[in-house]
Amino acid sequence: MSSLTVEDLTKSFATTPVLTGVDLHVPSGSLTALLGPSGCGKTTLLRLIAGFDDPDSGSIAVGDRVVSGPGRSVAARRRGIGFVPQEGGLFPHLSVAANISFGLPRRQRRDGGRVRELLGLVGLDAGLADRAPHQLSGGQQQRVALARALAPEPSLVLLDEPFSSLDAGLRDETRLAVAAALTATGATAVLVTHDQAEALSIADQVAVLRGGRLVQLTDPRTLYRRPTDLDVAAFVGEAVVLDADVRAGVAHCVLGDLPAEWAGPGAALPDGPARVLLRPEQLRLVAAVPGAAPARVRRVDFYGHDSRVWLDLPDGGTVSARLDGADVPAAGEDVSIAVRGVARVFPPRPVDVAGAAAAG
Amino acid sequence: MGELLWNTTRLVLGTVACCVVLGVGAAWLVERSNVPVRRLWHVLLVAPLAVPAFVNSFAWISLLPGLDTYGGALLVVTLSYFPFVYLPVAAAFRGLDPALEETARGLGLSSWAVFRRVHLPQLRVAVLGGSLLIALHLLAEFGALRMLRYPTFTTAIYDQYRATFNGPGATMLAGVLVLLCLLLLLAELRLRGRRGYARTGRGAARPVRPVRLRRLTVPALAALAVLVGLALIVPLASLAYWMVTGSSTALDVPGLVQTTGTTLALAAGAAVLTVALAVPTGWLAVRARGRVTTLLERSTYLGSSVPGIVVALALVTISIRATPWLYQTVPVLLAAYVILFLPRAIVTVRSAVEQSPRLYDDVAASLGSSAPDRLRRVTLPLLAPGLGAGAALVFLAVVTELTATLLLAPTGTTTLATAFWSASAALEYGAAAPYAVIMVLLSAPATVLLSRDARRGLTT
Repeated sequence: MSSLTVEDLTKSFATTPVLTGVDLHVPSGSLTALLGPSGCGKTTLLRLIAGFDDPDSGSIAVGDRVVSGPGRSVAARRRGIGFVPQEGGLFPHLSVAANISFGLPRRQRRDGGRVRELLGLVGLDAGLADRAPHQLSGGQQQRVALARALAPEPSLVLLDEPFSSLDAGLRDETRLAVAAALTATGATAVLVTHDQAEALSIADQVAVLRGGRLVQLTDPRTLYRRPTDLDVAAFVGEAVVLDADVRAGVAHCVLGDLPAEWAGPGAALPDGPARVLLRPEQLRLVAAVPGAAPARVRRVDFYGHDSRVWLDLPDGGTVSARLDGADVPAAGEDVSIAVRGVARVFPPRPVDVAGAAAAG
Repeated sequence: MGELLWNTTRLVLGTVACCVVLGVGAAWLVERSNVPVRRLWHVLLVAPLAVPAFVNSFAWISLLPGLDTYGGALLVVTLSYFPFVYLPVAAAFRGLDPALEETARGLGLSSWAVFRRVHLPQLRVAVLGGSLLIALHLLAEFGALRMLRYPTFTTAIYDQYRATFNGPGATMLAGVLVLLCLLLLLAELRLRGRRGYARTGRGAARPVRPVRLRRLTVPALAALAVLVGLALIVPLASLAYWMVTGSSTALDVPGLVQTTGTTLALAAGAAVLTVALAVPTGWLAVRARGRVTTLLERSTYLGSSVPGIVVALALVTISIRATPWLYQTVPVLLAAYVILFLPRAIVTVRSAVEQSPRLYDDVAASLGSSAPDRLRRVTLPLLAPGLGAGAALVFLAVVTELTATLLLAPTGTTTLATAFWSASAALEYGAAAPYAVIMVLLSAPATVLLSRDARRGLTT
């Protein structure tokens, strides 16, 4: 298993830039999720790494070996990179066993033991070996596709939205099986997804792509707690964003005075107008008391394991709180909001400029 | 010339009109009403395609010699060609989204209003496509109309050719005929481009609730029975009658066996050659989409719109002028078959290539497989069924090909179609019948293929 290093990668289709100056390092044996909305260039990046397309500029190295760079392009079949396409892409004319052994040297292809071993690795029954791909469920097809990619012991495995075509229950099960198989083989893996929960739960590090640029590359916890800007914050989870006035390290906003942490460049937290980010689970509701931030419950969305409570604030704004437990207030009740943890402070909205432009 | 144009035009318009009425009506009964044994009717309504048009007209004229009029020609070719409208319209009915119909009913429309305002607009492409197909086939039709002694461009070209041997008269008539065909081909291509709109309702998951015929069930059954009786039972019965009458004189078994063998060999050769030529074109059209490849693919469709007699005349001219040593040899005959039937092979090869997307190539490459290795282990196995179907379609088309074979076959080489033709031209109906029966039997599998895969374009 090897690390993957992508440097300053750029790719355009006709005149449309798809990737612009992407740098990415995936440590050996880790799993990195490429997260982004559709059309952000994440699948293109995967295809460049696999060698199905050539970049306009920049370089790709697997371990110490440059597979794509100025004046050099190693053919896909010589890169030793496994690829698991969307919906599996199993060869429809071959059995499960023949699919899995496709990339093995000729004399190993008839070795039933190796196929059984790989089926076991992805958590499938050895009895499936003689089935045709269309006789498998979507999740099973994905797992066979992973076994097929892992069979030649590649230095890197790429997975292109492997779970997006599965329904919710099957998706979790398949995700666990895939993660377990990747861990068991110690494979270095890159997984493309547009599902933030999937990225946060399965990956060692998450690379957020937006408009063909890499905007943040970090571990899931840091990404959720310290997103680089408010767009990333809203993309990786629900966000409560409020206008605030920062003075001496404290953010004064409609929910009271909150301990603050600066998200922008530089260490010091500047005083003045700002926006603060809270996660809905940071809000707690208490009985209405004078002095605490007042709110009225507008609506409650009940999910079973928890609930989302929509709250009208005195200034006319609305925030949502995520509450677990049974004592969820009813619509119309007056409550007070308490905030736990730290508010993350972002620069103020460029409202004057935007407002003037819109008015003009 | 003027009379030929009038003859041809009124036959084309009349046949198309009759076929549309019969085809749409039958398709509605089979696909949308609760008429009994619908599946059986479907097979019976496609089955006339197994009887080549010139065999059908032989069957009719040998029983009723008075059919050599406009009315007779109209009757016989309509019975031969109405499945070309029935098939796409039935497929379109099947593809209609029942939700649209239910919505229309929910808005208070009557059954007739639903048919007129919801169904008909969506059937338009299928009806037009089938009509164009019939028009093209009619312009190219030689055997049937010649047998019915109804003169059109195609039969006139043949007469000119036989009388003056490649005179300017035949060439000029052929020029006009090709022009008419190209007009139809252009119309077809425009229609094909717009086909997407008619497809929105495809993939209807729910079965449609058929319209209850109630008291109209018996008349509906009677109508279908008359149609099938005229289009299928009459020709088959006529062939059977001549078989029985003819066998009392002499059944030339060795001749029959030898002719069948020659026909099968020619058909197999043409099938292999045509598919081999179709693969690169079909491949490029899907994998390297661009102006040049689209043009290349479309240009092969010209062959399907140019009547067999024109292709044959052109090859006669070329081989006499440029390569006299090739004139009336098997290679020239095979070339004619390839030109005429390449589009059928390309359509099937193309759809096979579409079913083997690049993804499989990419995955195989990522597993370390080289280009020749990928061709052997992935691409060819995936294409095999499509190539087989394409070869079968060409094979069966060659078995019943008459016009080009008459003009190009080497002296002494007879196929089922030409043997049948010379026997029936000599009014030896009993001797002709066995060849016709073998052609019908060999064509039956192609009919099965057609009835399954109905949403084909004009040129298939």
